Amino acid sequence: MGYKIEVDLDLCQGHAMCEVEAPDYFKVPKRGQVEILNNAPPQEDRAEIEQAVWACPTQALSIREEDD
Amino acid sequence: MTTAIVPRVSGGEEEHGHLEEFRTDPIGLMQRVRDECGDVGIFQLAGKQVVFLSGAEANEFFFRSSDEDLDQAAAYPFMTPIFGQGVVFDTDPERRKEMLHNAALRGEQMKGHATTIEREVRRMIADWGDDGEIDLLDFFAELTIYTSSACLIGKKFREQLDGRFARLYHQLEQGTDPLCYVDPYLPIESFRLRDEARLGLVELVQEIMNDRIVNPPRDKGDRDMLDVLVTIRDDEGNPRFSANEITGMFISMMFAGHHTSSGTASWTLIEMLRYPDVYADVVAELEELYADGQEVSFHALRQIPKLENVLKETLRLHPPLIILMRVAKGEFEVAGYAIHEGEMVAASPAISNRIAEDFPDPDGFVPDRYEKPRQEDLINRWTWIPFGAGRHRCVGAAFATMQIKAIFSVLLREYAFEMAQPSESYQNDHSKMVVQLAQPAKVRYRSRRRSAATSNWRG
Repeated sequence: MGYKIEVDLDLCQGHAMCEVEAPDYFKVPKRGQVEILNNAPPQEDRAEIEQAVWACPTQALSIREEDD
Repeated sequence: MTTAIVPRVSGGEEEHGHLEEFRTDPIGLMQRVRDECGDVGIFQLAGKQVVFLSGAEANEFFFRSSDEDLDQAAAYPFMTPIFGQGVVFDTDPERRKEMLHNAALRGEQMKGHATTIEREVRRMIADWGDDGEIDLLDFFAELTIYTSSACLIGKKFREQLDGRFARLYHQLEQGTDPLCYVDPYLPIESFRLRDEARLGLVELVQEIMNDRIVNPPRDKGDRDMLDVLVTIRDDEGNPRFSANEITGMFISMMFAGHHTSSGTASWTLIEMLRYPDVYADVVAELEELYADGQEVSFHALRQIPKLENVLKETLRLHPPLIILMRVAKGEFEVAGYAIHEGEMVAASPAISNRIAEDFPDPDGFVPDRYEKPRQEDLINRWTWIPFGAGRHRCVGAAFATMQIKAIFSVLLREYAFEMAQPSESYQNDHSKMVVQLAQPAKVRYRSRRRSAATSNWRG
């Protein structure tokens, strides 16, 4: 079972809270919206990704489970 | 395809339609629109028809619309005399997004803001002693002046403010009588006090500016936004910004986050005092969390589940903005009804947050409704709307949430609180567009450290 990070860019306001939580996976340029650097992180980083999803003030991020 | 004509709510036969009722019982009026007309109904505010939306479908239309379709700036005529006519900063959402992108509200600033907020809380309670009484409005309105000025404008500017600035700012916020929909410059007491308060604020800012000109910053590290603003010159070499304009900028930068955070902090505490079991759970949660010796700036940015649920439920029942307004810039259709260009369009956190189909026991205080799997805030994304929703969601929501967590991380561990007046006497004053806690709203506090020390001593 893998998982993917998804973003709804209609909702992203560029707060960069995700970048604070998981800088290896999210980058938010000044005056821009989130860029997902790798949308299929390994299982061992899942807690960090979940923290980033939780921290998003606009609930623009979500995790989708994937069958292998 | 035909569209139906939007039904009009009962009452409002007077000269200004439903304005008088809106000035005395806005929530009662809006609830009646929903009860009589459903998701789309009309009430009349002076010369304007207000198409009032509620429920998920209509709210989704409202929150997905762009500013070109539903214009915010034109919908809030009471803001112009507060910010000042011709002041460049206004309620334009693009301007507010600028603040986000200009870094004050970006994620990496939050830890520093949390440290600042903790320090401001500790300064406010430094002279509290072992026990005493405070008025929640006085206390939180002053505290949030210091936190918002320090975090959004600069710590150096905050150090030059005192209680006078807070009192004038509050007086200014009270100058938002809905009569502004007739004319924001009517000769009434509330507008006179508003203009007087604004002049008082300009005077205070002028004093601070004079001081900055005489004592320029020693180095870059000592320079804040105001130091920069006072040095900018126009083509003729004159100062580019007057005290009036700078005051307007600062008022607008602090406006969205001030009365909202002040009221939310008050109601968070009031609801905990009404539900002692919930209060005890939150205190126990904080004790356990901070047993690791970490700072407030660490935990305020992380999950504090029980306190967060209390905050969400407080916001659902007491949203700081009870009505959100726009002006239609074109012809639209919502749920089979027509909205015409020039009409006002409104959605209401106060009404949608209590729709019984979405929030069982809608008037009850039930923090557990945010636990998995209920998660009623996430499931009802278009009706759980204390921060608005969609592309217009409040850009300060993360800051505001962190601020409440930081404030109560300090207050609830240092002091125990109890009501100093009957539970039902804590109420909001809905006579102004800016909703504030009605006074008196007193609570008593008692030092927990001291009580603990005393009982150990005895024990």
